[in-house]
Amino acid sequence: MTVALETALSPAAERVRERVAASPVAGRAEVVDRDLPTIEVSPKDWPTLARFLRDDPGCRYDLFLDLCGVDNLRRRGQKTRYEAVVHLHSLPSNERVRVRVLLPDAENPSLPTVCDTYPAANWFEREAYDLFGFEVPGHPNLHRLLCHDAFVGHPLRKDYAPGQRWFFAEEDLRMPEWSKETDVRAGHFETQTISIGPSHPATHGIIHLVVRLDGERIVRAETMIGYLHRCFEKMAEKHHWNQIIPYTDRLNYVSAMLNGVGYVRTVEKMLGMEIPDRGRLARTILSEFSRIMDHCVCIGANLVDIGALTNFIYLYQNRENIYDLLEACCGARLTVSYVRVGGLAVDVPEDFVARCRALLESIPVLIDDVEKLVTNNRIIRNRLSGTGVVTKEQAVAWGMTGPMLRASGVPYDVRRAHPYDFYDKFDWDIPISQDGDNFARYLVRIEEMRQSLKIIRQALDVFPAKGPINSDDWRVVLPPKDAVYHDMESLIYHFKLTMEGIRVPAGERYEWIEGANGELGYYAISDGRGGPYRLKVRPPCFPNMAAFEQIVVGGTVSDAIATLGTLNVIAGELDR
Amino acid sequence: MGLFGKKGELPALQPPRPGAAGAADFFVTRMEEMVSWARKNSLWPFPFATACCGIEFMSVAAAHYDISRFGSEVVRFSPRQADLLIVAGTVTDKMAPVLRKIYDQMPEPKWVISMGVCASSGGFYRAYHVTQGIDEIIPVDVYVPGCPPTPEQLIYGIMELQKKIASGEKSRDSRSAKFAAEQLS
Repeated sequence: MTVALETALSPAAERVRERVAASPVAGRAEVVDRDLPTIEVSPKDWPTLARFLRDDPGCRYDLFLDLCGVDNLRRRGQKTRYEAVVHLHSLPSNERVRVRVLLPDAENPSLPTVCDTYPAANWFEREAYDLFGFEVPGHPNLHRLLCHDAFVGHPLRKDYAPGQRWFFAEEDLRMPEWSKETDVRAGHFETQTISIGPSHPATHGIIHLVVRLDGERIVRAETMIGYLHRCFEKMAEKHHWNQIIPYTDRLNYVSAMLNGVGYVRTVEKMLGMEIPDRGRLARTILSEFSRIMDHCVCIGANLVDIGALTNFIYLYQNRENIYDLLEACCGARLTVSYVRVGGLAVDVPEDFVARCRALLESIPVLIDDVEKLVTNNRIIRNRLSGTGVVTKEQAVAWGMTGPMLRASGVPYDVRRAHPYDFYDKFDWDIPISQDGDNFARYLVRIEEMRQSLKIIRQALDVFPAKGPINSDDWRVVLPPKDAVYHDMESLIYHFKLTMEGIRVPAGERYEWIEGANGELGYYAISDGRGGPYRLKVRPPCFPNMAAFEQIVVGGTVSDAIATLGTLNVIAGELDR
Repeated sequence: MGLFGKKGELPALQPPRPGAAGAADFFVTRMEEMVSWARKNSLWPFPFATACCGIEFMSVAAAHYDISRFGSEVVRFSPRQADLLIVAGTVTDKMAPVLRKIYDQMPEPKWVISMGVCASSGGFYRAYHVTQGIDEIIPVDVYVPGCPPTPEQLIYGIMELQKKIASGEKSRDSRSAKFAAEQLS
């Protein structure tokens, strides 16, 4: 029986095995079947395999999604201490593959770079260098990314104490080497290097951009992040599965609900559980409202940055109205912590549908008002059209997803490509644009808000007035308080869940949803304890921000500010 | 609030001018109280918004909660033009020197509101890269709890600070207090 299980691969994994057998690394890479087809490979074959996976007509894995380091120190039955787990997506075939690069050297783990194949890998590899200490031979700019420059050690290694801090002073900050050189060319004025941020009104959250200016044109730029690195992944390893939900809310705090939904979906998939339709619909409705909130802030803040303050007041009123709904549901406005593994924390309020319908009336009015003020406004058009252009090929190579990718002409939306909840049952469209500039991104977001309203309207039509909202699996969901007080068995479940957390079977899982600014993925590894062994977020704005330093070159500083706004970078999610 | 002098010391009113319908032309108060009154009602905040609390600060500044009712709507992004530093959000060890520098750049007198538990104590990020409260770096006048605090809470914090300013209590920073004392002496 065991033998049969090991040899019988799913059709997707079988296809991957066939392709790998035809690759230059045939015989040295092993294909196994997990939630995704998984290729295990040694580091020295990894760049070859990466190039093959991207270019081979049978593979075409063109979107580099995520690179996650893993330290197997306290995990049983693993071949090596360190490994790097890469997730790739193929836009033409809509298939995915996972590559596990097993790093044999436990003292000096070394992961050759694939930046030349996948430019999106650049920051992911720097992150792995920073947090795990993987050497990345061939990397163009191997420096710490998230931790400060006076940091000692690699915090996500299992033998690093979570609370160990290091003193950092201003003079420890590493500025890029090129920024210290003077650049005087014949016939030119001397260029100057300036820092934009980390405390700057237009850097949403805290982002540090070092630019070299020739007049007002940017000739070189480097983005420095990590100013809000709050150690989410280390904290996740120290908590139970349900205790992590408040932390996920603070990743993309502008649309907190979406993060929670993405996270609990991952855990629910690992448990193999289903939740009742009513719970799923409630999640869908609130997720779409969160998407609208997110786009409102993105557009509003962007317009403030380029000098149009009124729209912010209009768009923000939408948020206030949606806050009222969220407050009625769970008591919190911003960081809702409303989802739980297996459902929701509490049932929706009695007037939920009426409140939602009232919002469906009020939101379009405010969106129309903004459109009247902005869309045909001469100044806005001049500022946004033709600036921050990202072509289709660039967007894919840089690993962009979400409105960024769609504004560049790729109709990839997770809700359509990998339907979850009821998105395949609803009638809605994916707005795309071919221009790829800031104005296209603005238009795509405006239209997405309207599509979200359309989805909510359909979801409300089928929303059951009564019924369970949570799964009734008491090993996962807390039993009702009434039962806990009167029934021994429920009391035991309550105690076990509270004290030990949910027992998630050992294994790994990557689940992804459409976040407000792109694909939001969670890669979780469980070793059977009450909490995750390793939890990695694939933050949607991370690849967008990585590309920023290349998008802005050639434009002016004011274009860079407009572009930064349309990237919709949320520091909590970017730095985690 | 002492605008019209202490209890029992009624300001000496001049007889009304003919035609001015009984209105007083002037009142008498102490210089110190007059200055405090002006200061507390025109706090110019520098929003050091790093994270989630920054979004709630945006709520406070937007139409619904409207911070301008408290005279604080002139949000300045240059520390040179601000006298109230609102630290909204988590401050990490990487950000700490920046925060200190911004505080030092603010002119006297200056006040600090620590908005949210992350700024106040590190919150639930008891971790390797998070400053465990900004009072490791700068003095704080008002701590506003909450994760994030609701706009009402922040407004309450601002009102508490206004009381503190009106009472004549000096900023916690000794230099700031010394400066203010010199100005008024």
